[in-house]
Amino acid sequence: MGDLKLMKGNEAVAEAAIRAGVDGYFGYPITPQSEVLEHLMANKPYETTGMVVLQAESEVAAINMVYGGASCGRMVMTSSSSPGISLKQEGISYLAGSELPALIVNVVRGGPGLGDIQPSQGDYFQATKGGGHGDYRMYVLAPSSVQEMYDFVKIAFDKAFKYRNPSMILSDGAIGQMMEKVEISEQTPRRTPEEIEKQCPWATVGKPTNRQRNIITSLYLDPYVQEKHVLKIKAKYERMQKEDVLYEKIKCDDAEYILVAYGSSARIAQKTVDIARKQGIKLGLFRPITLFPFPSKELFEVSKHLKGALAVELSTGQMVEDVKLAVECKIPVYHFGRYGGVIHTPVEIFNEFKSKFLGGI
Amino acid sequence: MDINEIIKPENLVYKKTKLFTEKPLSYCPGCGHGTTHRLILEVIEEMGIVSDTIGIAPVGCAVLAYEFMDIDMQQAAHGRAPALATAVKRLMPNKFVFTYQGDGDLAAIGTAETIHACNRGENITMIFINNGIYGMTGGQMAPTTLPGMKTSTSPFGRDVRIMGNPLKITELLANLPGTYYVTRQAVHTPNAVRKAKKAIRNAFEYQKLNKGVSFVEVVSNCNSGWKMTPNDANKWMEENMFPFYPLGDIKVPQLEKA
Repeated sequence: MGDLKLMKGNEAVAEAAIRAGVDGYFGYPITPQSEVLEHLMANKPYETTGMVVLQAESEVAAINMVYGGASCGRMVMTSSSSPGISLKQEGISYLAGSELPALIVNVVRGGPGLGDIQPSQGDYFQATKGGGHGDYRMYVLAPSSVQEMYDFVKIAFDKAFKYRNPSMILSDGAIGQMMEKVEISEQTPRRTPEEIEKQCPWATVGKPTNRQRNIITSLYLDPYVQEKHVLKIKAKYERMQKEDVLYEKIKCDDAEYILVAYGSSARIAQKTVDIARKQGIKLGLFRPITLFPFPSKELFEVSKHLKGALAVELSTGQMVEDVKLAVECKIPVYHFGRYGGVIHTPVEIFNEFKSKFLGGI
Repeated sequence: MDINEIIKPENLVYKKTKLFTEKPLSYCPGCGHGTTHRLILEVIEEMGIVSDTIGIAPVGCAVLAYEFMDIDMQQAAHGRAPALATAVKRLMPNKFVFTYQGDGDLAAIGTAETIHACNRGENITMIFINNGIYGMTGGQMAPTTLPGMKTSTSPFGRDVRIMGNPLKITELLANLPGTYYVTRQAVHTPNAVRKAKKAIRNAFEYQKLNKGVSFVEVVSNCNSGWKMTPNDANKWMEENMFPFYPLGDIKVPQLEKA
């Protein structure tokens, strides 16, 4: 077992990046995620692992630094919060179009616009349906604890390199700011240039005499070539759906009803399950961990013996659409949201559940 | 006389540099892009740094620069080449990294990335083609369009009271502490080409010193966008562009005291 440390979710992301042997982090301050950059600057990984850490002039510059670094086959990442993630969308689209691995962390805050700095899940659509222009998806992980903030950094990079596609950790202001104990992993050494060239023969690192030049681009002016390129990218998303779906089932086996919730909402919903179970109500929780690929097949299987599901999320109804698609209208699905940085209480979720399914409070 | 009687090694006075690919250039005849590409490639070849060089292509007429240059290249989003170059150089400090950008890319949409990369003193080379117009999209007004100059979005000439002033970004960048070498060149005559090549060579050599940005502006024509013949465009450039964008070194490295 590794060392245990008390950390904020944002600090856990930064520490995980150092320990995973990440090559570069490029960020820009925004609440509630600035501790990622602060933790990196305070710990000076550029003196230990050699990791590059740079505060960019904007979120736009930061994501394009990520593009440059990823084009060299390096493990590179950025983090931000909702308004900043909107600014990064062009760059994320380019990453997907150019088939580059990278990690983007979004510590979501209330919106739209400047919104506020409290937790929200209002960026679900943006994260899971593409976000920027063009036909693409990211591999999206939703942590619901500080430990998962730490652990998902490595998973996100593994999938980013497996698919040559950007990954996102979709967190929120609660998970980013809360402190919990975290089990810290051993230091993974950064890959050597030779290892990188072997792993990423496509990387632009300078053209040796024994290979063709490498080009990183997302430009295919011939529509038939572009269509082929989009089909290649589409195949990755289909493969993700087959091979890399993650989810958690809590008390679903004998459940008559379930809550569906991810991230910080899932923690609160779990308390609601406890309340219901104490009253003899067979309520379970289905927690999607990958929001893209969404665990549709798995949720469908669970739904076969259910009477209904309630999607609990900090948005006006985004994930609920994927829940409805997954269960194929076989059971009633309702949505219960809080908005703009306000979070649910377990009791109000329980009351909403009862009013929807058990004929009132 | 048959053409094969002429094509003989002893008659060869000019040839395609080795680092040009076989792909025909997509630039208009008479445009300065092709010449500037050639100069960069000649410098890379002569310095023997092909395996250590990464180029960043812009959005603009040179968006397909990677089709013509037989080196590892990345294609950046519009204006963001200096951000890409920043990361590439910091992650691989021993490599040679250059951006190749037009005026819309470098001095309009990418102004923030340009200024901050230059101000941080990134150890990169930036090649800036200034033809006072958006060439690829069909001749719209650029940040560098001269007062009174006609473009498709200033059809009666640039009225600075309405459209604002042209931006002398190169002079601005020369004032920043992170630029080491800033020069303005042209490629429209053999003499200018020789000087421009020397400047580009300097700009690459200076990367070895780790002193900051080496910046080479190339004032160029856009005969298609300006709606002139190549010869007329060059003449117009000399008479109108050069007085506003005077050629020569703007910031030269101070010799370190022995």
